[in-house]
Amino acid sequence: MINPIDPPRRKNPLLRTRLPASPPRARSRKSHGFTRAAAEGRFMLQRCAACNTFAYPARDACPSCLSADLPFVDAPRRGTLLAETTARVPSDVYFRERAPWRIGLVKMDCGPTIVAHLHADCSEGAPVRMSFQLDKSGQAVAFARPEEETPNMDDDRQWREMTADPKFRRVLVTNGRSAIGLETVTALQAAGAKTVFVGVAEPWRPFAGEQHLRKLDGIEIVALDASDEKSVANLAADIGGKVDILINTTEYIRPGGVLDRKGTAIAREEIDHAYLGFLNLAQGFGPAMRMRGADGVNSSAAWVNVLSVYALANWPAYGAYSASQAACLSLSHCLRAELRPGGVKLTNLFTGPVDTEWFQMVPPPKVAPRAIAQAIVAALKSGLEDVYVGDVAEEIRQRLAANPKALERELDR
Amino acid sequence: MTVEKTQRASYDGVVMAVPVTIPYMRYSIESAQWWIGRALSALVAQAGIKSLDIDGLCVSSFTLGNDSGVGLTQHFGLCVRWLDTIPLGGASAIAAVRKAARAVQARDADIVACVAGDANHVDSFRQTLENFSRFNQDAVYPYGAGGANASFALIARNYMRTYGVTREDVGRIAVAQRANALRNPNALMKTPLSIEQYLAARPISDPIHLFDCVMPCAGAEAFLVMRDDTAASLGLPAARVLSTIERHNAFADDPMQLRGGWAKDIGELYAMAGVTPDDLDVVQTYDDYPVITMMQFEDLGFCKKGEGAAFVREHDLTIDGDFPHNTSGGQLSVGQAGAAGAYLGLVEGLRQVLGTAGPTQVKAARLALASGFGMINYDRGLASGAVILAGPAR
Amino acid sequence: MQSSNLLELAGAISSGAVRVVDLTFTLSPDFPVIVLPPEFSPAAPVRIQELSRYDARGPAWYWNNVSFCEHTGTHFDAPIHWFTGKDLPNNAVDTMPPKDMLAPACVIDCSAQAKQDPDFLLTIPVVEAWEAQHGRIPERNWVLLRTDWSKKGWRDYANLRDDGAHTPGPNPAVMKWLVEQRGIIGFGTETIGTDAGQAGHFDPPYPAHHFLHGAGRYGLQCLCNLDQLPAKGAVIIASPLKIQNGSGSPLRVIALVSSS
Repeated sequence: MINPIDPPRRKNPLLRTRLPASPPRARSRKSHGFTRAAAEGRFMLQRCAACNTFAYPARDACPSCLSADLPFVDAPRRGTLLAETTARVPSDVYFRERAPWRIGLVKMDCGPTIVAHLHADCSEGAPVRMSFQLDKSGQAVAFARPEEETPNMDDDRQWREMTADPKFRRVLVTNGRSAIGLETVTALQAAGAKTVFVGVAEPWRPFAGEQHLRKLDGIEIVALDASDEKSVANLAADIGGKVDILINTTEYIRPGGVLDRKGTAIAREEIDHAYLGFLNLAQGFGPAMRMRGADGVNSSAAWVNVLSVYALANWPAYGAYSASQAACLSLSHCLRAELRPGGVKLTNLFTGPVDTEWFQMVPPPKVAPRAIAQAIVAALKSGLEDVYVGDVAEEIRQRLAANPKALERELDR
Repeated sequence: MTVEKTQRASYDGVVMAVPVTIPYMRYSIESAQWWIGRALSALVAQAGIKSLDIDGLCVSSFTLGNDSGVGLTQHFGLCVRWLDTIPLGGASAIAAVRKAARAVQARDADIVACVAGDANHVDSFRQTLENFSRFNQDAVYPYGAGGANASFALIARNYMRTYGVTREDVGRIAVAQRANALRNPNALMKTPLSIEQYLAARPISDPIHLFDCVMPCAGAEAFLVMRDDTAASLGLPAARVLSTIERHNAFADDPMQLRGGWAKDIGELYAMAGVTPDDLDVVQTYDDYPVITMMQFEDLGFCKKGEGAAFVREHDLTIDGDFPHNTSGGQLSVGQAGAAGAYLGLVEGLRQVLGTAGPTQVKAARLALASGFGMINYDRGLASGAVILAGPAR
Repeated sequence: MQSSNLLELAGAISSGAVRVVDLTFTLSPDFPVIVLPPEFSPAAPVRIQELSRYDARGPAWYWNNVSFCEHTGTHFDAPIHWFTGKDLPNNAVDTMPPKDMLAPACVIDCSAQAKQDPDFLLTIPVVEAWEAQHGRIPERNWVLLRTDWSKKGWRDYANLRDDGAHTPGPNPAVMKWLVEQRGIIGFGTETIGTDAGQAGHFDPPYPAHHFLHGAGRYGLQCLCNLDQLPAKGAVIIASPLKIQNGSGSPLRVIALVSSS
């Protein structure tokens, strides 16, 4: 039984901040099949295409029939915990600081045995539900949780090292002017965030939802214009050391591609808001977040971008927008690598057209802003890195994996 | 079509001679090459030969860096016509004597030096663990228990639960070995160990506690393998190799390791040697960790599977007891000098049957068994082996 | 005119006999900008990107890249800015006669009325009442509409509601009259734009732009400190950046005012 975690006390300003150590990072190339699974919240194992045997750890030939055809497939999650041990004196710095640390050996129903981190409520001989999670080194590790829900399950100490749970954390939603931003604020509060800072640019300019926002309890509205480096620097100077999770809800959506526009004024705004805004935010808030990755219950934990799925495949009707999103996507991979030594996750949410004014002419299915907000919270609680929200995004993901050229032609309607 | 199992060739004419131990040091700034060089120097001096008389070399080490066996031939001024490097961890010594035996039988070499040595700098152990194997890198090391401790803890936990073995049962092995070690001037552990102290020791990775763990150190062990006529011509006392077994990745379908490879071939070991377990005068097992020693008592035929705890309770494992075991103190009390840990038991067993063990000598020891176990890869020890030696008096 | 008069002027400025009043808002990224319907090309706001600050990026120096739309902050409108002035000669900031950059100003104080009504419009009768007090508006003078709007917090300054901005300005009739009957060189306001916030609904829409630029005259907006100017007698210096074929630019607007 897990006790709920206590709300963290105010940080003692006289004490040195514990720096983020990293669990062991080295992995073989083949085992990154698990990285991909963990990023998306899937449970995948290699299954021999010739003899159907599941194999673990990742390898280059089937241990049953020596076939080299060992694709990663979605696998059943159920297993039984055979044996456990609690490491008291690990030699690795990360684990030493967090000892005692409990691991075990799980026999999967589908065959292989897996060394896994254990949730405190797992017991020997009992069934468990396995997942692959991204640990603080950014690599996939196996994690066993009890099959049934138990009270305060997400408060498990070892589980919290794999996730970026908003509970008790302070979150900056960079753009509270948009519908997605507003819904995200609500969803974060419901998930137990201690404070939600809500960024509003151009406070002299009113926006829909402003009344509602200003009436909300437990939030702090802050001046933030991401494309103005001074604005970002000023806010970071004030609250930079208190941002545990940053949700980048920058939004600048206009239809149009290359030849149907004249001049680059709109493109400039797209780049200014989405790309340079992202850069400014990263430079303003990234360093402190990276440093505070091991700073207690409300350590810094995640950076979340809400991106268009068309960052992955350009949609000519929104071609310029797609390109600006693609720029942000590439940059996000750079930032992900730079935040990794701090144990801070970078999560990208990919969404299809959202049910807001600038996608008015797009036929359904469209994504409700609330669905995006809920997906953000779910991604934080599960420690995901790549999330596809809604039917269109999921379809694009599948079609890209199957044949990107077919997708390219079909987006050019 | 099944493959027909044929009779293995005997080890007639193969002997081991010149047991060498270079006293261990907890930390040493010297390299593995230095330690191996000390062992080779001692082999040559005690055998009364010149280094150029060595025409076969078998080496095991975790800390040679970018040197392999052939680099060492130039390093040490050797000229060999047979060369092997054995990376089998605690099974390396058994594997070495098996390979060297066939080489001298076939006259591919006349005098084979089998040597293992390792450095122990302050970060040697951690570096060795981090680079141990691909499966460990991918699927064990990221789980934080720091290499072998967690893997053996899981095996120990499962074994102890399955057969109702208590920590006290396992502790008897460690306590008896410490008593033996107090008679070995080269042992790094120099204070007595009681069962109370063993039980009260701090946990490392449940159920492994402090005195279940070997102490990594620097050191070297070695011996020569040759034909009996060569030994006679040099005037060297020698022990005959009666039989050997070796097995890797046995019982892969066991969900967790409850038995080692010896269980598969143990009948052959005794049959080839023409002896029974009761005939043995002294037994040296691979004691990293003592629960694995208990497993070896079962798998080497001294008791039935699951009766290891009872066996340990019913026997006195000290030098003067009814089942002298790990008479130098074993790795648990002497120290584990990397790959030399594989050799520790075999070299002590050789001393015993030659009657040159000195303070740890078991009276009238003529027949010895030494076993090896190693390479915990992912979730089980893959390598295993054993050898039965007979002294000149037998 | 003798050169000694110019030196006297310089001396008077130095001694304070002639005050120099800065009518310019600081050009900064957070200053409110004109808000157009989103379908139109957006005016880029002011952006200041630090290049170095005595650091590794430039050890001994501090400097910035500054970017802005021509019509941000305190800024100047040239005739080419509006379609009515597009074909006039010398109608861009780089071709306008430099002597047009210095001119006297008439300051019409409507601060009381604007305080009551954000949609206050300057009309011919209001100007005639001012002329009754201060004399006729001379030719080639600036007319500056003082509303004290520049003293407001920026939310009230922009005063955007769901039907657009509500800020004071001139009505169509007075603009036509000032241009044609008084020959003004330009019209200046404290608000964002020379036109009233709701001028899109006037006839013609945006009459200040329409009539000023259609006659080759100029606009100034986002002025401040008009309350420090006399009703008559100040001389305005307003020299926009010499942007190639530019329609306007942010600039420093200063007024010379006699202390006596």
